[in-house]
Amino acid sequence: MPEHAADGTFVNPTGEVRDFLRRRREQIAQRWADEPLFRTVFTVSRDEAVEAAKAVVDALAEVADAARVEDPDAAGFSSVREQLGRMGTARSRAGLSAGQISSELASLRLPLENPLLADLQEAEAPEGHVRACMTTLTVLIGTLRVVVMQTALSEGQALIDRQRLQLLEVATPVIKLWDGIVAVPLIGTLDSARSQVVMETLLEAVVEQQARYAILDITGVPTVDSLVAQHLMKTVAAARLMGAECIVSGIRPAIAQTIVHLGLDLGTVVTRAGLADALAYALHKLGAGIVADADLR
Amino acid sequence: MHTAAGVEARLPIRSDMDLVWVRQHVRQAAAQLGFGLVDQTKLVTAASELARNTLVYGGGGTMESQHLVDGSSHGLRLVFSDQGPGIADVEQALSDGYTSGGGLGMGLGGARRLVHEFAIESAPGAGTTVRVTSWTGRTPRPREEH
Repeated sequence: MPEHAADGTFVNPTGEVRDFLRRRREQIAQRWADEPLFRTVFTVSRDEAVEAAKAVVDALAEVADAARVEDPDAAGFSSVREQLGRMGTARSRAGLSAGQISSELASLRLPLENPLLADLQEAEAPEGHVRACMTTLTVLIGTLRVVVMQTALSEGQALIDRQRLQLLEVATPVIKLWDGIVAVPLIGTLDSARSQVVMETLLEAVVEQQARYAILDITGVPTVDSLVAQHLMKTVAAARLMGAECIVSGIRPAIAQTIVHLGLDLGTVVTRAGLADALAYALHKLGAGIVADADLR
Repeated sequence: MHTAAGVEARLPIRSDMDLVWVRQHVRQAAAQLGFGLVDQTKLVTAASELARNTLVYGGGGTMESQHLVDGSSHGLRLVFSDQGPGIADVEQALSDGYTSGGGLGMGLGGARRLVHEFAIESAPGAGTTVRVTSWTGRTPRPREEH
């Protein structure tokens, strides 16, 4: 029987919803376990889905207990936040849009609505109280949707941040081409953060490999504007301080014309059209020649 | 037939990531309107300079791209606007080597040399708007030597 005040009036809808959730915990969890949101995420066994559903029911009851049904930051959600995030991520990996996940969450309300209504009618609760309880339930499920969406979004953001960091590392390998010659193939956008990484890895390689020549290949850089040029020149100057000469290679015809129109003066930098030309230049400077097989015979 | 679909857009310029977006959009739009590789590269580079100015000196703003038609020639107009502090001396800002930041001072003047038409409106406290336009199948206008 639903709890009510000693004089028989119904005064506390959130308390009513909380008691209902606790009373019907087992039954709700069993029904939720069959919903796609739980069934497709917790696939090991049905018990696992039921346990997960129970955890969410308990969290909702705790939130109702604290009378914070409208607050996605309510302490009650913290115990299931990770689980909810995992569920949201799993559904979005299964190809569902944010809207579809949201309506799956909304469909969790139905298994709650009818039993709550039945309980209230059995207790002969006044109509106003029934309406207040149903509204509380709707708000509570709405808040649950917000929590799942928030968690899924912040996980997406964390993923993007991780990938951005990975990209910084992955995209700047230093390749030893010959004794004393290293090359860095630059790919993509050379913004300030990237060029800082490039400079650091290149300077470290110059020390490690005892390189006299460093080739910066910009074949994979789609746009060379004044900032990119400035970054290149700074890198060249830093390498020079360490006793290595830099050669910028991979300057395509369109890039060359653009640099001229832009008015950039790369006169202090040795440039070559292709990586092969740059290597030939560096080998020549080192005094190493490439000899055809026929000459050896 | 070149269509304006995918050419006309209004992009925000709020971060370094937006600059990447601006460059990609301009490259795509220019290719779609039939610009050759060299002209595409010039326009993208000019857009990159102007968008960075909007971000760094204007504190962020927008780029609007428009499709123009003149006879058989297609034009791509890019309008960069910000509500930043504005430029007190536009002539000085356009001169090569002048910078109020840490750059090379080639951006604004360089961008002007990379496009067919260039117009700038700015006043201290009133923000800055730069309009550039390039046309397919036209040689660059003759330029005064500095």
